[in-house]
Amino acid sequence: MSDTEIADIETVPVKRPTRWHIAVFLAPAFLVYTAVMILPLIETLRLSFFNIVEGQLAFVGFSNFQTLFGDPRLSADFWNALRNNVIFFIIHMLVQNPVGIAIAAMLSLPGLRFAAFYRSAIFVPTLLSFVIVGFIWKLILSPIWGIAPSLMDLVGLKWAFAPWLGKAETALIAVSLISVWQYVGIPMMLIYAALLNIPDEVLEAAECDGITGWSQFWKIKLPLILPSIGIVSVLTFVGNFNAFDLIYTVQGALAGPNGSTDILGTLLYRTFFGFQNQMGDRSMGATIAAVMFLIILAGVALYLFVIQRRMRRYQF
Amino acid sequence: MSKARSAPVRAAFIHLALIAYTLVALFPVFLTLVNSFKSRSAIFSQPMALPTPSTFSLIGYQTVLSQGNFVGYFQNSLIVTVASIALVLLFGAMAAFALSEYRFRGNTLMGLYLALGIMIPIRLGTVAILQGMVAAGLVNTLTSLILVYTAQGLPLAIFILSEFMRTVSDDLKSAGRIDGLSEYAIFFRLVLPLVRPAMATVAVFTMIPIWNDLWFPLILAPGEATKTVTLGAQMFIGQFVTNWNAVLSALSLAILPVMVLYVIFSRQLIRGITSGAVK
Repeated sequence: MSDTEIADIETVPVKRPTRWHIAVFLAPAFLVYTAVMILPLIETLRLSFFNIVEGQLAFVGFSNFQTLFGDPRLSADFWNALRNNVIFFIIHMLVQNPVGIAIAAMLSLPGLRFAAFYRSAIFVPTLLSFVIVGFIWKLILSPIWGIAPSLMDLVGLKWAFAPWLGKAETALIAVSLISVWQYVGIPMMLIYAALLNIPDEVLEAAECDGITGWSQFWKIKLPLILPSIGIVSVLTFVGNFNAFDLIYTVQGALAGPNGSTDILGTLLYRTFFGFQNQMGDRSMGATIAAVMFLIILAGVALYLFVIQRRMRRYQF
Repeated sequence: MSKARSAPVRAAFIHLALIAYTLVALFPVFLTLVNSFKSRSAIFSQPMALPTPSTFSLIGYQTVLSQGNFVGYFQNSLIVTVASIALVLLFGAMAAFALSEYRFRGNTLMGLYLALGIMIPIRLGTVAILQGMVAAGLVNTLTSLILVYTAQGLPLAIFILSEFMRTVSDDLKSAGRIDGLSEYAIFFRLVLPLVRPAMATVAVFTMIPIWNDLWFPLILAPGEATKTVTLGAQMFIGQFVTNWNAVLSALSLAILPVMVLYVIFSRQLIRGITSGAVK
């Protein structure tokens, strides 16, 4: 019997010996996480205030940020990428989340047959890698293979087909919708879980009051799943402002045509790593990463301190 | 009256909508798999048809297996994924146990610190990660990927596992302590077996982004010997972009392991999500 147990039994924290096992349990996770994630993140933020001056790395204050926001060569790319990224996010919020909620609402109806099958099948694209998703859609939308035009012909829409991925006006929307197709599974699953958690008594009470079907969804279920919709939105935000892989596989590192699908992730890759005739620039790469960090931090903070606090949570 | 009659109609509409979306979700995958088994002319002339004896061809797979080093890529992906999951589960469970079991100064702070990474993507530190890996001589090694993915997976793992560990009965642990078990024995022999279902959920959540990642293999380990299957497929397809048989076969080969794992673990994954593990 050691002192620890006696202290536990008495529940009065008398002088305890140092509990080394707590440190041993925490150390590996803490060390790996700090060394590979937190310190590089801090170092990247620090690097964004440095640049090469006369062959030497020197502190330059906010001048990297000034270059990024105002220098004619880089700022055009940056504002273009930021605007595209915002559009990318808006399309996800307008298409992915409502579709996900609609599917979840249908799946959660009591007594629906084959619900497990639908659920598993609709989740399949979410598991596939961007490389697979990107190339499959590139092939399908390719005018050479002709899958998309011949499918549209079936419903009499052949005239509406265009090589969407190749045209600057439509490429961003096409890529966003591919990403929506891939990720519908996430809002679907999270909202489905939230809908299943609504107790039957609440729904029965609503039915007794004559609230069924559509109005039941709008008046009873939707307010109850708002917290989950909030979580889905912030996950979408973080995912979208950190996206890279899909654009890279579908449109390449230049995010063509003519930069129309360039988002912050691809801009970071090109700036930091260099591409074709462009030299890699560590300081400007760190600066873009710092801006992405601030954007994501702002979104998460807005969610945690404003949206989540105002949201009413119902305890059953 | 009208309600009773409209119910089957409504159910039919709902099934129609769900079937339509299921087709949208599965059609591209189906199209790829089917066409990977067809000859080049059949891919173009009848893209929607199933392979028949006259159009069946394995030429794409032959190209992939003879030209690309896919076996090596699979091996790399497997090593990276399995090692990262093992480390995430072991380190994550240990930290989760410390946070949920003991009251000590700085507990909440440590919990918040370790949870930061759930929302802040590790990618934003890439500039300094690469610098650090260069300094440590780890560029183009699988170790660099394993380290990055372990750090990436830990925050969510600790968060989910500590929620589950709070539900393990205190009586059991007290009984263990009275029997003279050390804290380590209590963790490894009493608590770990009880949270196995949660560990499986965490394993699946951790696995998907690691297996599918393109960013870190591209930046930290682009060498031929360390390519993962995602990067390998990406580069292979880039080179063979006009060889449709090879592209479709490479895609099918890349889909295969994910689908096999999904069939095995889908129940675990869906139960994990719907039980509120990621609230």
